Amino acid sequence: MSTLSIENISMRFDLPNGGHVQALQDVTLELNTGELMSVLGPSGCGKTTLLNILAGFLAPTDGRVILNDHPVTGPDAERGMVFQQGALFEWMSVRDNVSFGPRMAGKREKEWRGTVDHLLDVVGLQDFKDKAVYELSGGMQQRVALARCLANDPDVILMDEPLGALDALTREKMQGLVLKLWKETGKTIILITHSVEEALLLGERLLVMAPRPGRIHKEYRLPFADDGVGKDLREVKKNPAFGDKREEILSMIWDMEEEIMGRTEEAGA
Amino acid sequence: MIILIIYIAIFAAAFFVVRFGVRKFRQMRDFTSLKTVTFGDESAVRPDRWASVISVVTIFLLWGAFTGSNWVPIHAPGPFVGDAEFTYTLEAPDGARDDAAVLVRVFNVGEDVEPPAIEPGAGFAKNDASSVGAWRSDLILMDKNDEVTRKEGARVVAIDGQPVNPGETVPVAGGKVAVTSKGSLNFTPRPGWQMEPIWLPPPEAVVDRVGEIASEGYQNFTLWEHLYWSLFRVIVGFALGAAVGIPLGYAMGLSDWFRGWFDPIVEFMRPVPPLALIPLVIIWAGIGESGKIILLFLAALWIMTISARAGVSGVAISKVHAAYSLGASKWQLMRHVIMPNSLPEIFTGARVAMGVCWGTVVAAELVAAEKGAGMMIMVASRFQLTDIVIMGIILIGIIGYGIDILMRKAEKWLVPWKGRI
Repeated sequence: MSTLSIENISMRFDLPNGGHVQALQDVTLELNTGELMSVLGPSGCGKTTLLNILAGFLAPTDGRVILNDHPVTGPDAERGMVFQQGALFEWMSVRDNVSFGPRMAGKREKEWRGTVDHLLDVVGLQDFKDKAVYELSGGMQQRVALARCLANDPDVILMDEPLGALDALTREKMQGLVLKLWKETGKTIILITHSVEEALLLGERLLVMAPRPGRIHKEYRLPFADDGVGKDLREVKKNPAFGDKREEILSMIWDMEEEIMGRTEEAGA
Repeated sequence: MIILIIYIAIFAAAFFVVRFGVRKFRQMRDFTSLKTVTFGDESAVRPDRWASVISVVTIFLLWGAFTGSNWVPIHAPGPFVGDAEFTYTLEAPDGARDDAAVLVRVFNVGEDVEPPAIEPGAGFAKNDASSVGAWRSDLILMDKNDEVTRKEGARVVAIDGQPVNPGETVPVAGGKVAVTSKGSLNFTPRPGWQMEPIWLPPPEAVVDRVGEIASEGYQNFTLWEHLYWSLFRVIVGFALGAAVGIPLGYAMGLSDWFRGWFDPIVEFMRPVPPLALIPLVIIWAGIGESGKIILLFLAALWIMTISARAGVSGVAISKVHAAYSLGASKWQLMRHVIMPNSLPEIFTGARVAMGVCWGTVVAAELVAAEKGAGMMIMVASRFQLTDIVIMGIILIGIIGYGIDILMRKAEKWLVPWKGRI
């Protein structure tokens, strides 16, 4: 069953100097319920613009996004966001952050207490639930952000480089957590990342985008995410097929970067 | 000048004593003290509390020493008090000269002193006697009792044997004598290095005044009533300013129309010092309570508006996006994200506004008021009651400092995350 369809989306905006930027051109994509798609691409390829359109923070100049048979027109609780820096509310405790969505929906505590407690268990923050979020480490804050998003039970989760600001070790642990949550909850997830390895590890589907104008360059279907659930992710990385794919995609992105550099140099000359 | 040199000397001496004497016995081995790079590392510069204590003590010592305070064991040389004597030489028109003595009794101002009795002596110039208060000067019409007066052509040609002309000054025991252009003598006793109480009273006089005014009052109101009224005006004015300014700032941060409409007004009013509004407010509202409160309202309003606006624009867009994605409505976003997120900015603004209001209320009371700390020192200064003026200044300073400390405490309690994100 198709739940999220992106139909011929283009994004073009004017600059004050009279020029314009074509951030996205004719992007078409379909996602089924429960798919995890990672999105890769050099900077300036419109990944974040695409995510903002899906979240409803930006309106595309052309095309539309359909979720569960209705068009996306603005932000909504059916599409949850996880940001690079957590975007947590410092004035609330961990528990209040996680229960923010249900509370805003006007639910009473007895309705959400079970879910929130369960999620705090899953992300391993039960002992920290009454702490202030600014007292937590970066990895813990990101776990709060994940739990906060899940507590709202969205249909689609949009992640904008959620692990980008973490150190390498924490990042590996969090990758395992994302996979676990994905399998447990069966959510549709779109994850933007800069790390090819992360994209390969987590993406059941992998979308490589190209810049200027931002467009879909290539799409892959990968086995590693399913393999990795509940396993040591380092084992997955040792798989020769994983290494091959990583090299293939890295060289593809390098080619794109070089092309951009060349074009800039031409323009400069 | 002398005081400045003494002050710098104490500063330097205390530095060396503490650095090389006391430091050795209080070595702390916390992290900062182990830093080797301290010059240029601002975080490694911690106020030396020894210096703070010595600084305050020094100010009181100097104050006491130069005002002859009973509380301070050492004093700067005081003014000359006692009997001073000098002689003048009078020259008659025919060239004859005669010496006569002048005895001047210098007394502390406030004492009742009779001029000393003196024998007229021999010759045509007769001895004189006079009395003068310390720090004052005394015009001595020495020829009044002389046999040849100035009208008849006599003039003073020497004092204590030193030749003088009109307009010149001669040092004598206990002071100096000037010959005025008209030929009379002007005796100024040596003032010493101490300040006259009318310029700077000793600390104990100020403290005594606190007790006196606290119990008996000044200008129909006790000290506490004066301070209470000043504080009351500040709090009411500030509260009104915040009550209007914060919502206005929010509106300016959230709506194009409000931003456009109020931007020119706020940007224009912000640089106008509240003191410049005092005359207009007095014209409009008089010198009563309403005028003061309007003035303080205006002083606080723009500061609070701007800080609330800055608080709204300081919300990270990802937090707003996160709240909307979690299903918050506009009102919920306002209540649960924008308002708490703007608290640190609002507190910074409130601290500034309280400081400005306190300064403005004192200034407004200086101009015109029936009661209040500023009015108290203004009236006291008209009567040269320097001790009340100094007491008022110290109390105003203490209250201003106290307000700031309270605001900081409130901030720590209400906005614990400030500076930690």
